[in-house]
Parts: sequence; structure tokens; C-alpha cells
Amino acid sequence: MARQARRTVFRTNRTFYRVTDTPSPASPPLAAPARRRLPLTWLGLLPFALFIALFLIAPTMKIVIGAFQRADGSFTFENVAGLFTKSILGSYWISIRISVASSALGCLIGFLMAAAVVLGGLPKWVRSPLLTFSGVASNFAGVPLAFAFLATLGPLGLVTVFLKTHLGINLRAYGFNILSFWGLTITYLFFQIPLMILIVTPALDGLKREWREAAQSLGASGAQYWRMVALPILFPAILGTFALLFANAFGAVATAIALTGSSLNIVPIMLFAQIRGDVLGNPHLGYAMALGMIVITGLANVIYIWLRMRSERWLK
Amino acid sequence: MKKLAAWAILLLGMAYFILPLLGMTEFSLSMKRGEYSAEAYRVVLADPRFAQTFVYSLGMALATIVFSVLLVVPTAFWVRLKLPHLRPYVEFVTLLPLVIPAIVIVFGYIRLYNTSSWLPLTGTVFGTNLLLLLGYATLALPYMYRAVDTGLRTIDVATLTEAAQSLGAGWPTIIGRVILPNVMVAVMSGAFVTLAIVIGEFTMAALLNRPAFGPYLQLMGANRAYEPNALAVISFVITWACMGLIQLVSRFSKFDKARA
Repeated sequence: MARQARRTVFRTNRTFYRVTDTPSPASPPLAAPARRRLPLTWLGLLPFALFIALFLIAPTMKIVIGAFQRADGSFTFENVAGLFTKSILGSYWISIRISVASSALGCLIGFLMAAAVVLGGLPKWVRSPLLTFSGVASNFAGVPLAFAFLATLGPLGLVTVFLKTHLGINLRAYGFNILSFWGLTITYLFFQIPLMILIVTPALDGLKREWREAAQSLGASGAQYWRMVALPILFPAILGTFALLFANAFGAVATAIALTGSSLNIVPIMLFAQIRGDVLGNPHLGYAMALGMIVITGLANVIYIWLRMRSERWLK
Repeated sequence: MKKLAAWAILLLGMAYFILPLLGMTEFSLSMKRGEYSAEAYRVVLADPRFAQTFVYSLGMALATIVFSVLLVVPTAFWVRLKLPHLRPYVEFVTLLPLVIPAIVIVFGYIRLYNTSSWLPLTGTVFGTNLLLLLGYATLALPYMYRAVDTGLRTIDVATLTEAAQSLGAGWPTIIGRVILPNVMVAVMSGAFVTLAIVIGEFTMAALLNRPAFGPYLQLMGANRAYEPNALAVISFVITWACMGLIQLVSRFSKFDKARA
């Protein structure tokens, strides 16, 4: 195995060698026109490439590389291994749980709402305002969103007080607290559901009427049509959106900080505190935490892109 | 039956969205005990830090928009005209800011451009502002690029360019006076999304220690009860206005196309 690997490396080396070496004697007549054009067309992309390299790729690489370095710059796995402590793993775990819960519920509710509008026979004028509103609400994340939910479900919030005084239901007695797993999940839904609606509506539009009619003429019931035709077609789109929503929730910082302060140790809050004041006591552990975030959101997005390509096969 | 269920789902869903907005508005109006008043708004608007941070964020947003347009329009134009085979790659790169969380990007900035680095941007106020602007431009990149690229798809870039060239126009003239006016609607919608993102952005501004609106909101939230909700209502109205303007602008463009 090792020998084989070494041989491949050797071969690639040789190919490189050959590619860089051969043009000098043989190709001047071929390369000349290309050489005259290439520099000009490339120059047009230079500002953009420079911007991306300096302010997107380089900072990210700095973090990725830093995660594998000691303070003196030598290579190590200690930082990544350092993530596997109870408190850090716990923060990843609660972050993942909140992201999964809010994206699963976001997918479900968003799907139901979009289906109600597209397939439920509601009047046509409902659709456009709903999509516009979804566009606004999916951008209404961040600090103000946290205030809105504190004013609604917080200890003195509109809904909390209404339930207590008019219906005699004390949310606190049921163990509900806005500064908790469920509180954060419900808050995240405010931007998760609209995003799902925005993405899934076109997919639902793509369900052809002929498919339903074909299923019916073969004797399928409504439930059978959904179970055996519509959902399998929509499944990649829904699962893909789930992955996107997951990454969306996992990287959300502002809402979480404004809502819970530091009472809930999710990953973005911990990383924020670490950047501000090195609370973990090891700067390079911060790099490793950030690397963990990139890996998780990156994976989620790879799944999203892959499933999206699959779903586009049907929904043209 | 089906229709009933559809209405029920829609109304329940809308209730979930409307209640927090209602709660926020109600809370912002009840600073005086026992009556509704605009007291919280008065206090907020009288706070000099509100005006300072808001103007700062607004300025940053405008600067970000100008920078993004200058960066994205020529790039998207050039890719469409000369390097169409690179389009999928460029598009992929512009989507990266959605994959890499903002907090990670700004963490990288702090480590890469600190006072002891080769490009000590965080050493001066101007440098830090510039860094924040560039950070905002990365956050806005996916939306801006997509908007402009979609706009370019609707016009015949190659013919317009050749026509302009045959009249003796250079590249700056072609981009500034031929291409840009033709994709103005797309640029505007990208600009409004950028404005909506930048005006309340918290993470980058807070970690770079700039006096922006987002960190001010968070600070108020941690220390006051009613004022934050007044601020939240204000920023919701701004977001709503931005998105409404996008709708208006794109509807205007449809009208334009129909006329042409």
C-alpha cells in the first residue's frame, strides 16, 4: 500500500517535470497566440481574485492551519484533540441538537405552509405576499429577532402574560424558558421557516399535474400518491434544504448572544467569548473550535449541493 | 376539507410570525405603566449613541455597496464576456461566504491583519473600518454577485460591448456607461440586500470593536427593557422597507421590459 502510494507520487512528480520541461523545444508556434491573449483576460479577474484570496481564503486558511499548530508554529494534533473535552463536546452537541431541531421543524412547517399555498387551493393573492414576507423574515435574523422573542415568550412577554392571566397557564410551571434549548429553537424557526418556504415553493410548483393524474388513473389514493410519487421526487430538495438550514442555524451568532447572553454554551457563543478574551486559556484551541464549525457547516453544504443537483434532475 | 386544512395551516403559521412582531411592538409602546406611549422611542431617539451608531452603520453600508458594485459588476461582466468557462468556479467561490460562518472569517481577519502582521489593518481606526467594510463585502458577495449575474443574463453583453467598442469606447466607458445602466435594477436589488445585512450586523462589528448599530442594539438589550424593542421595531421597519424596495424595483423592471 505504502509503496503504491510512493509510486503515484513519483509518477505525478515526473509528469510535472515533463509538462514544465517540454514546451521549450516543441511548442512556440502553438503557444504564441495563446500567450498574447492570456495575460489580458486574466487581468480582468485580478481584483476579484485578490479580494477573495486576501479576505476570504487567506483568513480561513489561517484558521485551518492554526488549528494544527502550537504557539511556536510547529505541527500538532493537540488542538484538535483538545476539542474532545466534556465542555467543548457538550457545546458542539447542544449546537448540533438546536440546529437539527430548528431545521427539522423549519422544514416540516415551511413545507406544510408552502404546500397549503401551492396545492391547497388557496386564493392566488395569498402567494405573493407570503413569498415577500418570507424574504423579509429570512433576513430578520440577528439581535432584533432576539428582542422580539423576549418580548413575546420571555417572563414578561405578550404570550406568556396572556396565557397566565387569561387562560391560567403558567409556561414556567411547564418548564418552559426562553433562554433554553427550546427557546432558542423556537426563535431560530423565525428565519428557518421562511427560508424553507422560499426554497421549496419552486420545487412544489415543479410537481406536474400529469403525475398526480397518472397515479389516480392507476387507482392510487391521495396518500399513496404522496408516499410513492410526490415525496420521493421532493425528497432530495427537502433533505438538501434541511442541510442548508442546519448550516444556517449552526453559524448564527447574534441571535443567540442577544437572547441568552452566555447562559447557553453553544459553539458560536463559546467561540465569540474565546476570540474576545481567550476563555479557554489556549489561543490555538480557538482555531480548532473554528475549524470544527467550518467542517460541520461545510459538510452540511456539500450535502445540500449534492442533493440539489439530484433534485434538479426531476424538477426542470 | 382540503381547503380548510390549508387555511388552518397558513393561519397558524402566520400567527407564529405575527405574534413576536406584535409582542415586540406592544412591549416597545408600554414603557409608561398602564398606558401606551412612544416614550421608549423618544428615549432611544434622544440617545446620541443611537444617532452615532446608526449613521456609522449607514455609512458603512453605503461604502460597502459602492465597493461591492465596483468589484462585482466588472468581474461578472468580464466572466460572462471573456471567461465563460470559469463561470461555475467563480459562482462557487461567491457562495463560500454562506458556508464559512461570519465569526470564523472575522476571527481569521483578527489573526491575519493584527498589529504585528505584514498588513497591520487593525492598528488604525481607518484600517479597522476598511477591514470591516471588506468583511461586509464578503458577507454581501453571494447576494450581490447573484443579483448582478442574473441581470447580465437578460442583456446581450457581447453585442453591447462590440457596439460600444466600434464607437470607440474603452473598458471603463463600456462598464460604466453601457453595462451598468442596463443592470441597474439588479444592482439596486443587490444593494438593498446589502443594506439590510450591514445595518444590523453584529458579529464582525463587535469583534472588530467598531461602534456599529448591531453591537449597540446588543448592548441596549443587555441593559434595558423597553428601549431595545423600540430599536427592534425600527430595524424591522428598515429591513421591511429594503425588501419592499426590492420588490418595487423589480416590478418596475418588469414594466420596463414589457414596454421595450
